[in-house]
Amino acid sequence: MSDAATRTIKVDALARVEGEGALYVRVKGGEVTDIKFRIVEPPRFFEALLRGRMFGEAPDITARICGICPIAYMMGASQAMEDALGVTVAGGLRDLRRLIYCGEWIESHVLHAAMLHAPDFLGLDDALLIARDNPELVQKALQVKKLGNDILEVVGGRAVHPVNLKVGGFYKLPAEDKLAALLPRLDWAMNASKELALAFAGFDFPALEQDYHCVSLRHPGEYAIHEGRIVSNRGIDIPVNEFDRHFGEEHVRHSNALQGFYQNGDAPYLVGPIARYNNNFEQLSDAAKTLAEDCGLGRQVNNPYRSILVRMVETYYACEEAKRLIEGYAPPTAASVETPIAAGRGYGCTEAPRGICFHTYALDAEGRIEHANIVPPTSQNQKQIEDDLLAVVSGNLEMEDEALKWRCEQTIRNYDPCISCATHFLKLTIERD
Amino acid sequence: MRRDDGAGPAVLDRLAARAPANLETEELAGDCARLIELWDGRAHVIVVDATQSGAEAGTVIQFDALAAEIPRELFIHTSHAFGMAEAVATAGALGRLPGSLRVFGIEGAAFGFGEGLTAAVEASAEAVAGRIALMLEGG
Repeated sequence: MSDAATRTIKVDALARVEGEGALYVRVKGGEVTDIKFRIVEPPRFFEALLRGRMFGEAPDITARICGICPIAYMMGASQAMEDALGVTVAGGLRDLRRLIYCGEWIESHVLHAAMLHAPDFLGLDDALLIARDNPELVQKALQVKKLGNDILEVVGGRAVHPVNLKVGGFYKLPAEDKLAALLPRLDWAMNASKELALAFAGFDFPALEQDYHCVSLRHPGEYAIHEGRIVSNRGIDIPVNEFDRHFGEEHVRHSNALQGFYQNGDAPYLVGPIARYNNNFEQLSDAAKTLAEDCGLGRQVNNPYRSILVRMVETYYACEEAKRLIEGYAPPTAASVETPIAAGRGYGCTEAPRGICFHTYALDAEGRIEHANIVPPTSQNQKQIEDDLLAVVSGNLEMEDEALKWRCEQTIRNYDPCISCATHFLKLTIERD
Repeated sequence: MRRDDGAGPAVLDRLAARAPANLETEELAGDCARLIELWDGRAHVIVVDATQSGAEAGTVIQFDALAAEIPRELFIHTSHAFGMAEAVATAGALGRLPGSLRVFGIEGAAFGFGEGLTAAVEASAEAVAGRIALMLEGG
């Protein structure tokens, strides 16, 4: 570590995080006096783009917000429109929605855990080096990921930005033989994701325990993925349409993206795999719970670095759940339900791989969008990321600058932040007086 | 929506108009790890992406990805979590590269929100489509 009175350290980019952002840390007299996780790109104007469009266009337009998790946007938008129009999607159509969402969890979680996050724990710069060090692991991860993409393709018509989802259900039902062909691959993927999880469980996890306010969906009958009430480990239990009464977004001077906060105390909260796991552990399957235990996870996880293990437990669960859904699938009589046009306001919220993704829209009598508001998970986690970084920097001031930078980047990657969803590459600046 | 970031899809559109019989195309956004799946078992692959190197807008660069490593910094602007250059390098480490792999980069000027390519990128997309069509005709 340099002993100069004032030091400025810059990192050109935080690789392996989608989007562009920056982290500024100021240290004075041995204490962290300022920390800012900053979004440096203009916010996305999808909400403005949606105004004046027909309600049925929202799923395809919002899918373009993210190339990794389009289903979260398509389904949140669809549900909100269905809520506004008084339509319910149930039975086999609901099962297909849960199935395609399992596909998105699988491809997104494995990409992040194996290719983007694991290198942090191995002291490697990127997945390329893992591929050289441990090609078998990367091949396995890519194969699991491909299965997730293939589920999207079979149900959604295309792996990237699927085209078969609509308000009310689907344009076309998937071919039953193509669904059945996924079954043996899901058996393989359950074993593979278990092996990956156990391999990652051997990593050296930095010490950090946080008292998280965990916010997630909860559904009475299942580990919530695409439907449920919004709950927290501090007593929140509300329907989706009350989200904006309890949670807010604000502009902060150092970021172009809106930052989410819990209105009771302007406080950070956590969404994503750890929040889901902590709130809904009992609803995981027995095998997923056993895998969590075998990975050394307790009933509650408060060390954010262990999110890589929670992602793999959820990957295992998503494979298991996809298998159950396909085995029990009874083709519905129609690919979608009717969506009679009416004026109204609707709300939708699903568990994107990175956490809850909230949508609300107001429609006029012709079904045109008058107002749209989308609150993506990375916006909601920004304050919590700053809070984690404060704890990490404060607790590791003795670290060499390069090591501290690495740890900060690793801490941000715990969140699998899709910064481009919230707005867009991270520059890291640490100033020490 | 990100203007010159659409250089790749613009080349695909122009190639579709020329409709070479032996060409399969795929537009990819966001997740370049999927490239490795897409070119599995393919003999000849061509990738087109926008670059942001500071060169003059519309500058076209071409790499033989099997002969030399692709400079990662050229393609970093895409915001993809797993970039195109990383995908090529990872595929190489895993022995999963196609028989031939040509990469075209088209230097963009505008990556903000908005519609349409800048004139220089538009012209280069046409030129790259023409070069690819010629390559295909040549077998």
